[in-house]
Amino acid sequence: MTTQTKQEESLNDEWEPKILAFLCNWCSYAGADLAGVSRIQYPPTIRVVRVPCSGRVSPYFIIKSLMDGWDGVVVSGCHPGDCHYLTGNLVARRRFAILKELLEFFGIEPGRVNFMWASAAEGERFANLIKKATKIVKKLGPNKKFEKKW
Amino acid sequence: MVIIMGIETENSEIENSMRETARSLLKEKKVDVIIGYTNGTVPLSSAPIMITKEEEVEKLIWNNLCYVNLAKYLVPRIPQLIDPEKGDLKVGIVSKGCVGRALIHLSVENQINLENIKMIGIPCNGIINRKRIEKEVGEKEILEVFAFGNDIVVKGKDFEQKFSFEEYINELCKVCKVKSPPVLEELAEICIGECQEISSIGDNFEDLVEFESKTTEEKWDYIKDTLETCTRCYACREACPMCYCNLCFVDQNKPIWFEKTTEISEIIAFHLVRAMHLAGRCVACGACSSVCPMGIDLNLITRKLEKIVKERFNFTSGIDSKKMPPMMDFSMDDAEEFMLEED
Repeated sequence: MTTQTKQEESLNDEWEPKILAFLCNWCSYAGADLAGVSRIQYPPTIRVVRVPCSGRVSPYFIIKSLMDGWDGVVVSGCHPGDCHYLTGNLVARRRFAILKELLEFFGIEPGRVNFMWASAAEGERFANLIKKATKIVKKLGPNKKFEKKW
Repeated sequence: MVIIMGIETENSEIENSMRETARSLLKEKKVDVIIGYTNGTVPLSSAPIMITKEEEVEKLIWNNLCYVNLAKYLVPRIPQLIDPEKGDLKVGIVSKGCVGRALIHLSVENQINLENIKMIGIPCNGIINRKRIEKEVGEKEILEVFAFGNDIVVKGKDFEQKFSFEEYINELCKVCKVKSPPVLEELAEICIGECQEISSIGDNFEDLVEFESKTTEEKWDYIKDTLETCTRCYACREACPMCYCNLCFVDQNKPIWFEKTTEISEIIAFHLVRAMHLAGRCVACGACSSVCPMGIDLNLITRKLEKIVKERFNFTSGIDSKKMPPMMDFSMDDAEEFMLEED
């Protein structure tokens, strides 16, 4: 963490988490866009990475983000059955299910990694889910387990 | 002469029938090469051996120290098996339960052609956890190991120590349900010797109950303490019959996904991703733990994987050659209770 962000943190009374969001190009990214143009308010905690499909999100991405110091990760894709590539999100869902259980088993708070579905028309749902994810990660506090000791 | 019953006699019976089968296979030219176990160079170990001549059959051994999963020696070390056009080397392979499972699973993943393989099935009664014995013995040098009744006797210069076989076998072997290789209906002729028919494994994963009841922090502390000694030598990967990638993610340097230090977060990341890769593929042979030079018990993680896959996708690897492994397949009706939903 840079000194600048540390200063910012001390200025604010309340700590705000930084969440990396992988949004699928066809649904969730458009959903986030809709939330924006509809002026729906949601916490500015997420930084978006646009991916072609939630099936593109490898467990590497998620573990690497945690290692790089992100407090949380959100992966959002099309609802099952709506995938632009027909089955990408179904493949992804299996991966997420196993990853989430494994993280819990390794003693890493599973709440840091959240998966959700949001379609292009669900701007409000997207905002609500981001609010919820932010609340969960905020409660867990900063990501210390992957902090480098040296 | 006093006849001592127990694993000693059991093992020698298995050994004799295995040698007989191997001999007749080579004699009748049904196989070109037999992969089996032979004595290791140091006590408490064993080594793989490839036999092509009938008279070498006596070198084959079977005891409770044969921890290597021999399926590893088929992929990719014998390329002929992957591509039948390059030739059809016929291989006989000494198979305990987990080797049989690995072979079946590798054929599901199209890595080997089972038609070129003969499984010499042997009923395995458990593999000794040599790391635990070495730990108990301490710094004294072990010169001789033999089975006596149901005990393992370890002999050194000025000492002799007895270990109960039941207690000192691998944790995975204690809960193992596949002692001899499973028979496939469509390829029944590939299995010779002791094989068993299994349609599904009933397992209640009682050994995991204790760990799972811990809180997240306790789990983290336990995992951290266990993995802390890991030197990332990747012996676990080298021994695993399912790790056959040409370029492993840890060796990849463009991009470098995970750094190569032994910093605890990176060790954890390595083991997390290794576990992810083995989901629905691990055949519970325990080879990874047996070869670990630091004596890390990776079985806990592999057991958990087995449990996740069994409960979520009702799949057990290496039993059925027709069922698709969960990570190669997809379905509309998977459970998704873990997905974030609006309140």
